[in-house]
Amino acid sequence: MPQLDVSTFPTQLIWLAISFIALYVLMSKLALPRIAHVLDARQKRIDDCIAQAEEFRKEAEEALGAYEKALAESKAKAQEMLRETTEGLNKQAEARQKELGDRLAQQIKDGETRIAAAKQAALANVRDVAAEVARTAVEKVAGLAVDAGKASAAVDAALKE
Amino acid sequence: MASPLHQFEIKPLIPLEIAGIDVSFTNSSLFMVAAVAGVTLFLTLSMRGRALVPGRWQSLAEMMYEFIGGMIRENVGNEGRHFFPFIFTLFAFILFGNLFGLLPYAFTFTSHIIVTFALAMTVFIGVTIVGIVLHGAHFFTLFVPSGVPKVMIPFLVPIELLSYLSRPISLSIRLFANMMAGHTMMKVFAGFIVGLGFLGGWAPLAVNVALTGFEFVVAFLQAYVFTLLTCLYLNDAVHLH
Repeated sequence: MPQLDVSTFPTQLIWLAISFIALYVLMSKLALPRIAHVLDARQKRIDDCIAQAEEFRKEAEEALGAYEKALAESKAKAQEMLRETTEGLNKQAEARQKELGDRLAQQIKDGETRIAAAKQAALANVRDVAAEVARTAVEKVAGLAVDAGKASAAVDAALKE
Repeated sequence: MASPLHQFEIKPLIPLEIAGIDVSFTNSSLFMVAAVAGVTLFLTLSMRGRALVPGRWQSLAEMMYEFIGGMIRENVGNEGRHFFPFIFTLFAFILFGNLFGLLPYAFTFTSHIIVTFALAMTVFIGVTIVGIVLHGAHFFTLFVPSGVPKVMIPFLVPIELLSYLSRPISLSIRLFANMMAGHTMMKVFAGFIVGLGFLGGWAPLAVNVALTGFEFVVAFLQAYVFTLLTCLYLNDAVHLH
């Protein structure tokens, strides 16, 4: 069994020591710090990104809050405006309606007055025509000349009956 | 047919002698240097880009780093980070030694008891020194189990001491035996393939294919176990009980 050949022990031990110490130095001074540096940089980057994301989230939340507040304000304002406008329009419409009603009432009254006057005039005309017809009829039938005043008096008397 | 143990022979490549002691650069030394070069090249080349979003190789290197980092954090705690370079070196060295040993014609330096024992003794002595430096004489309370009746202490302390002293032995034999047994098995079955020829050689070939996959698992697992036990021993030394 070659493992038990003591004569090979010194060379194995000395080369083991040389290579192990060399590897230790290479690892601790060269390879491991490099890996540690890369891992640290990555961890730092990840932490930074997370912090930044958190900040952005906060900002977004603030913006959302402001937007909601603005929205609520504008809604309230719009409501107020709508109410005012409606009120104004209602008032205006009422005023117009009243004016129109007044005017129409006036016109109706005017019309009624005119109709009454026209009726009066028409009635007067009928009396005059009747008197004239009576006088002319008397003159033609009886051959008598009747005084216009008498005729109209007679017509008036006949109308009264 | 070559003996299944032939693969474990140490062959000098560059004969060297210092003060009458043979310190030749051997096939074992070559694979130790290869493991050092392999680990260093893997970790430096893969991290060359220092990419924020890692590619395949960089992910692998980071995974290895975090694997050992996590192991130390879980088993030793925050104080363990001072030992991170050492434990990482230990893991990487054993892992690459095991894996390079699986290449055809390669030599597996972790299949030699002297190598694994030296590594285990380094861990053992190092852990003991750490314990004494951190806790002084208080460190020896490690051998006195807490909550035990006073009468039992004279019996229990030798047992605890023995179990503590056997740590480097179990640690080194576990790795050495696993690597040697696996490689020997593979060689034995490979011998059967040749022996049985075209007609019967398929069965041992199938076994050898399965064994190769199995050996990759063992190569990783043994490196992991060695490192994990080192962490547990370190934890004992750092925190006592």
